[in-house]
Amino acid sequence: MKILVAIKRVIDANVKVRVKGDNTGVETANVKMSMNPFCEIAVEEAVRLKEQGVASEIVAVSIGNQQCQETLRTALALGADRAILVKTDDDVEPLGVAKVLKSIVEKEEPQMVLLGKQSIDGDNNQTGQMLGALLGWGQGTFASKVEVADGKTQVTREIDGGLQTVELSLPAIVTTDLRLNEPRFASLPNIMKAKRKPLDEMAIADLGVDVAPRIETLKVENPPARKEGVKVESVAELVNKLKNEAKVI
Amino acid sequence: MATLVIAEHNNSQAQASTFNTIAAAKLLSGETTVLVAGHNCQSVAEQIAKADGVTKVLVADAEHYAHLLAEDVEKLVLTQADNFTHILAPASTFGKNFLPRVAALLDVQQISDITAVESDDTFQRPVYAGNAIATVKSNDSKKVITVRSTGFDAVAQEGGSAAIESIATAEQAGTANYVGEELTVSERPELTSARVIVSGGRGMGSGENFAMLEELADKLGAAVGASRAAVDAGFVPNDYQVGQTGKIVAPELYIAVGISGAIQHLAGMKDSKVIVAINKDEEAPIFQVADYGLVADLFKVIPELNEAL
Repeated sequence: MKILVAIKRVIDANVKVRVKGDNTGVETANVKMSMNPFCEIAVEEAVRLKEQGVASEIVAVSIGNQQCQETLRTALALGADRAILVKTDDDVEPLGVAKVLKSIVEKEEPQMVLLGKQSIDGDNNQTGQMLGALLGWGQGTFASKVEVADGKTQVTREIDGGLQTVELSLPAIVTTDLRLNEPRFASLPNIMKAKRKPLDEMAIADLGVDVAPRIETLKVENPPARKEGVKVESVAELVNKLKNEAKVI
Repeated sequence: MATLVIAEHNNSQAQASTFNTIAAAKLLSGETTVLVAGHNCQSVAEQIAKADGVTKVLVADAEHYAHLLAEDVEKLVLTQADNFTHILAPASTFGKNFLPRVAALLDVQQISDITAVESDDTFQRPVYAGNAIATVKSNDSKKVITVRSTGFDAVAQEGGSAAIESIATAEQAGTANYVGEELTVSERPELTSARVIVSGGRGMGSGENFAMLEELADKLGAAVGASRAAVDAGFVPNDYQVGQTGKIVAPELYIAVGISGAIQHLAGMKDSKVIVAINKDEEAPIFQVADYGLVADLFKVIPELNEAL
C-alpha cells in the first residue's frame, strides 16, 4: 500500500524561542529550523512499515516556503521514495493544511496518511483529525503502536488514562505520539541518494483550495515570569518553608 | 449567543476537566448547554445538571458512544451545531481527538488550548511549548475551542438545577471500532486535578525507585507524575507524563525529583503555584522555575523527607 506522510518545518526543538520586541510573533531570523519531531516519528513509522513489506511506496508532502525542500530531502534520506512541496510563503492554518492534504490524497490515493500529532510551534494538534473528517476516514491519534493486516490497522493510542486500542478500516489517518518509535539518523549514502529522488513542486494556488486565514493573531507575549526562588540547605529547611512560608503542606 | 460544552466522563462520573470547561463557557455571553454522549450515562447527566452555570444538559445514550470514539462523537455534535455559536471541549486527549473533526466539517479553524477568554471572539493560548502566549481573534462565524483545564477554576458542582433532555443519536460512523483499553488504576488523585504532585525524572534510575515517591505522594495526598525521560526509560506508564505533549498541570505544590527541566517538561508544570526542585546538579534548568531548590542526592533526601513528614 501507499503511505502519505505529512511533514512540517519548524523551529528546532532545542532552540529557546524568543518573543519579538514588537509582540507580533517570535524571532525566526537566523534560527535553526528542523523537521517537527512528531513528523520525524511519522516518517520513521512509514519506513518501518515499508521494511516490513506492508507499505510499497512512501510519499512525503510538506506545505511551506522553498526551504521546506531541505526538510523533504531529510524525509527522502530517511527512506521516503518521493516528495511533494506545496509552495507558499504565507502561514497556513491547520484547516487550510488539511484541505491541501485532502486534495493531495485525492490525487495520490494512499491507504494511510501518517502525521505528527502536533507541531511544536503552534501546538494545535488538529491537522490529522481535520483531514480524517474531510475525507470521512477513521483515525488513530496519538499512536504508540501501529499494526496493519487484512485491510485494517490496529492503533494503540496514548490517552490520559493509559492506552486505548482501536481498529480502523483502511484508508485511515494515524497521528504519532512520542513512543511510537525512535527515528533513525540518515546515513551519508542515503543523504546523497536522497538528492536524486523525485521532488515535485506546486504552488498552493494551483490546488484551488481555500487557505485564507480565519484567525488573527493580535499579539504574542512572553509568559508571566516566575519570581526568583531560593535554594534551601536541608530537608528540615524545605519542610519548614513549605509549612510556614508557602503554607502548602 | 449560545455555548455547547461536550462533557468528558467515563459513563458513571464526569471528569474534572468538564467543570473547568464549563467555567470557560461561563465567561462567554451565551447560556451554556452541556452534551453528555455515552452509554448508560444518566448519572453523569444528573451530576452535571447540578453544576453552576449550566442551563441545560443534553443526553445522547447509545452503545456506540460507550467509548466516545472521535468518528461517532463528531457525527453527534454536528447534529447539534446549528443551535450554538460556541462549541467547547476540554483540551484533553478526549477533546483533542474529536473536536478538530467537528471544526473541519463546520469549516471552522479551531482554537486549541485556550487559557483565557477576552471576549466572545478573542482568546489567549500558549504556543511554542508555553514560551509565548498568543492573543488570537477568530473571524469564523462559529467558534470551536478546546479549553486548557489549568486556565480556569472549576465551577461549583452544586446549586444548579439544569433541565435534562434526551436527544436523538446519530448513526454509527463505522470507520473505527473500539478494541480495548489498559487504564492505570490508582488510589491517588488524578494528575490533572491533584492539589499536590510529586514527579520523578531520569534521575530516579529505575521504576522500583518510584516507590520512594509514591510513599511521599501518599503522605501528601499527592498524585505521581514523571518527565518524558522517565516514561521513555520505561520507569512508569505513559499517562504519568507531564509536559508539552503530556499532561498540563498546575497544582498548588509540584515537587520535581531528579528532573533536569527540559523546556518540554517546564511547559507542562511551570504554572504550578509552588515548585520544589530536588536535583544533585545545581545547573539543572529546573532550578530556574523552582521556588525552593534543594541541591542534593535524591536517594538521601527523599527518605529524609518521608521521615520528616
